[in-house]
Amino acid sequence: MTARSEVVRGYPRSDGRVGIRDVVVVVYLVECARLVADSIAVGREDVHVIGFGGCYPSAYAQRMLEQLCTHPNVGAVALVSLGCEGFDRDHLAEVVTASGRPVTTLVIQQVGGTRATVAAGRTWIDGVRGRTPRTAPLRLTDLVIGTICGGSDGTSGITANPVVGRVFDNFVAAGGTAVFEETGELIGCEQHMAARAVTPDLGAEIVTRVEKAASYYTAMGHGSFAPGNAEGGLTTLEEKSLGAYTKSGSGPIHGIVTPGQLIPSPGLYLLDVVPEGSPRWGFPNINDNAEIAELIACGAHVVLFTTGRGSVVGSAISPVVKICANPETYRRMSEDMDVDAGRILEGRDSIEGVAAEVLDLLSEVAGGALTASEGLGHQEFVLTYKSSEPTGPSCLPTIR
Amino acid sequence: MSPAFGGSPAPVSPDPLAVQLILLAKGDDVVVAARDLPAGPHRTSAGEITVVREPVRLGHKVAVHDIAKGGHVVRAGMSIGSATTAILAGDWVHTHNLASDYIATFAHRGGER
Repeated sequence: MTARSEVVRGYPRSDGRVGIRDVVVVVYLVECARLVADSIAVGREDVHVIGFGGCYPSAYAQRMLEQLCTHPNVGAVALVSLGCEGFDRDHLAEVVTASGRPVTTLVIQQVGGTRATVAAGRTWIDGVRGRTPRTAPLRLTDLVIGTICGGSDGTSGITANPVVGRVFDNFVAAGGTAVFEETGELIGCEQHMAARAVTPDLGAEIVTRVEKAASYYTAMGHGSFAPGNAEGGLTTLEEKSLGAYTKSGSGPIHGIVTPGQLIPSPGLYLLDVVPEGSPRWGFPNINDNAEIAELIACGAHVVLFTTGRGSVVGSAISPVVKICANPETYRRMSEDMDVDAGRILEGRDSIEGVAAEVLDLLSEVAGGALTASEGLGHQEFVLTYKSSEPTGPSCLPTIR
Repeated sequence: MSPAFGGSPAPVSPDPLAVQLILLAKGDDVVVAARDLPAGPHRTSAGEITVVREPVRLGHKVAVHDIAKGGHVVRAGMSIGSATTAILAGDWVHTHNLASDYIATFAHRGGER
């Protein structure tokens, strides 16, 4: 890790955080404003579209978009409102203004329709992009790194996931911040995980939150398990969990956060994505991108995405590094992958060797090198209705 | 296999002596296929031979010994569910003979297509 402590150029923000990208986000505040937002962004790789499709207000969506619009990788924000939706656009604009970022609010009904709003948005972005952003040094250990697995198969838990676990162990030991997720994909691992908690209270919270996930998914009638998982050799949810769990490494777990809750201090954190109480509004996350958005809303600068079957997605705002677990998938889809961890399975490298490659790559990506999904233009974003509360003292470390 | 699995490097081409089945932890009931395998004898990363009773695909599991109906099936030192039928050494282990102790698995056509 000492070799990886080199400094790259980052984008400093007024809250003290430093970004590794300088993205303009165009934010639609209801589906009715989506086409206008897309049209404002079209053809500009550093302008990403995020938003919320619902017309009814949502405290969760409000918190998510506030965190995403003030994420260190974001330099400016254009809000696109139809005009009559329930989203509190004024409050979101105030939060962005308070963060020191340029922000504009374009209300389609006031500006005068589709064409006029698209033109106004594009002109505003031209103005923002005319300024040269400030840069400042950033150490790799200043980053928050998230991880997710998607399209898992029987190889994920043997190659790519343990590689991420090794990266996390090294990165957190060096003073970095890492976050792993999906209590619903940790079902069966709760006692092992609780034993790694830094306090007994946190250990008890881990067990309670995984039990909550099991009961929530049971009520949904469906675990976090897709048919492709079974085709790839995974038989049960607990088998998928055991593979997913290895992404967290073997070090101490310092806390639990929920979507849109900023990670308070360096260490290893679990993101609890499952709502409290009885199920409302359906599955905790409808797909991988809903979860990636939540990792980013907790502050992740970059996301390590492990896949066996072969996911192609990226994300708005933060780069996604694709680590392929399965050597056959890698040969078939290498253009979409950043790292070939399947070579471990064929005896061509070790977990340690691939982990070292990932750490090198993280340094390059932090310095501006595009990941495979960025280069291919993947900027997926999903945000749906959910209820979520920030965690309290039993889940968070005392100031270290 | 890689040093991670305690073996020596294996060639990619089929080799009767090469490790084709990975034992993730000592005492496990199942091993994982490192590539698509035909039925027949294959070497595990523990150095033993398991006679696989039917073709298995990369990432899928094979029992290394008999498992009684209702018994837990252990992979990487942790239970991944319970056997729904008696499983024999060399059997492919999947949704037809193993079920979750938590939430039922949803798969197209039993998890193979």
